[in-house]
This record gives sequence, C-alpha cells and structure tokens, in this order.
Amino acid sequence: MRALMALIAGGMFGAGLLISGMTNTLKVQGWLDVFGDWDPTLAFVMGGGIIPMALAWAYTKGRKPALGGEFPAPTNPEADKKLVIGSVMFGIGWGLSGLCPGPSVASLSFGGIGGVAFLLAMLAGMFVAPRFRAMID
Amino acid sequence: MNHDWLMGLLGGGLIGTSAAIFLLMNGKIMGASGLIGGLVDKSGMGNWLERSAWIAGLFLVPAIMTLIWGVKPTNITSNIPVIIVAGLFVGIGTRIANGCTSGHGICGISRLSFRGIVATVFYIGAGGLTVVIFKHALGII
Repeated sequence: MRALMALIAGGMFGAGLLISGMTNTLKVQGWLDVFGDWDPTLAFVMGGGIIPMALAWAYTKGRKPALGGEFPAPTNPEADKKLVIGSVMFGIGWGLSGLCPGPSVASLSFGGIGGVAFLLAMLAGMFVAPRFRAMID
Repeated sequence: MNHDWLMGLLGGGLIGTSAAIFLLMNGKIMGASGLIGGLVDKSGMGNWLERSAWIAGLFLVPAIMTLIWGVKPTNITSNIPVIIVAGLFVGIGTRIANGCTSGHGICGISRLSFRGIVATVFYIGAGGLTVVIFKHALGII
C-alpha cells in the first residue's frame, strides 16, 4: 500500500511537472533570467504547489499518517553552512542546465542524450556528496 | 494568448496535491533529491520499495503522457561538459543542503520552515546569478 501510494504520488508529480512546463529547461532558465525575457511561469507553479501542501500541513496537527508511522519532526530553526553551501551549488547547476532532480527523472524518456548525461552526473554527485558533507562539517 | 501561467498553476496544483498525498498517507516529505539520493548513497535503503515506486511513477507517467500527446522538448543545452558540471553540482548541492525545489521549496515553504526558505533564497539567487553570468556575460548557455 505504501509503495502504491508512492507510485501514485510520483506519477502525479511527474504529470504536474510536464503540464506546468517545468521539464522545459528554457522556461526554468527564463524564470531565473531577470535581466532577459523574464518568464513568470515558475512562480505560478510554486504558488500552485504550496497551497495544497499548506492545507496538508495544517491537517497533520494532532493526527498520524493514514498508513502508519509519524509525521515529520517539527521544522529545524537553524540554518547551517551545509544548507547555504549546498543550496548555492544546487542553484549554480540549476541555472546552468535548467534542470532540478524531479524534472530530470520526469523528462528522462524524451530528454535525449543531454537528459541522460545530466541524470548520470547528478547520480554521481549524489554518490560522492557524503564525502563533501563530511568536509564541510 | 499565452496560457503558460494557467498551465503552471494547474501543474503546480498537481505537484502540491501529490506532495500532500505522500505526506498524509505515507507520512513523508516528498523531496525528489532525498528520495533519489537515499538510494544512491544507501542511507535510505530501509524503505527502498517506497522510494523506487515513487521514482517509477515520476518516470513512467510523463513517458506515457508524451507517448499519447506528443513530446514537449526539454530544450536542454547540447553542451555536454556544461551538462555534466551542472548535474554534479545539482547532485552534490541538493544532498549537502538536504533538499531541492520540491523538498525545501514546495514542502518547506508551505509550513514556513526557516531552512526551506533560506535554501530557496540561496538556490534561486545562485541560479539567477548563474544565468546572468553564463548567458549574458559569457554567452555559454
């Protein structure tokens, strides 16, 4: 049941990314490009995504997940070096390519050799990331 | 007329609803980098089936949709060295920061997580600066 819900959620996420245009790297770079021909679409995607999630978070109060276990711990109020350095690195890669982890998988079937190369490089980065994390600590 | 903003809002609603299902049913934050990365560095093997099923859905549904309605080009750069560097940075960065656009952006901001907001400010800032430098100043992308 957990796997089935995960499959459904992953599928809906992929459909949403495709419909919203977030698998189009030019739209993502167009949103980041405030000095060029700015494309506001990504702001609508973020807004459209945050609203149902804000309702979901409100619903979790005093409840437990339907399939058992516990909801995630309360938010951590501390930002550390890893959060900032990692986010800056992510932003550089995101700006260069117009891809982040979700869309890189969602567009794999039609993204050609460039999409495959990006995904393989991203997986390699994730593989070595624990070593970088230890270096920053 | 350009309906991109409406498709963005609709697609975003689907994304947020999928994250809400994952939270309310499975009790987990739906962050793409965490779900994928936990399998890559083996830190998340305890629920590998749940992670794999989520990744399978993320891959399969757009694949089926594009088969039916035609391919929407990704327009990714043909510059393979740039793609490799970008992929490495996204992979390392999201795992060090413990989240990406879905985890920190959608799931974090929606509960006013301080870390989610800080991460989003830095990756959007860095992304914007990168586009300015590499597109307008250097002309590489």
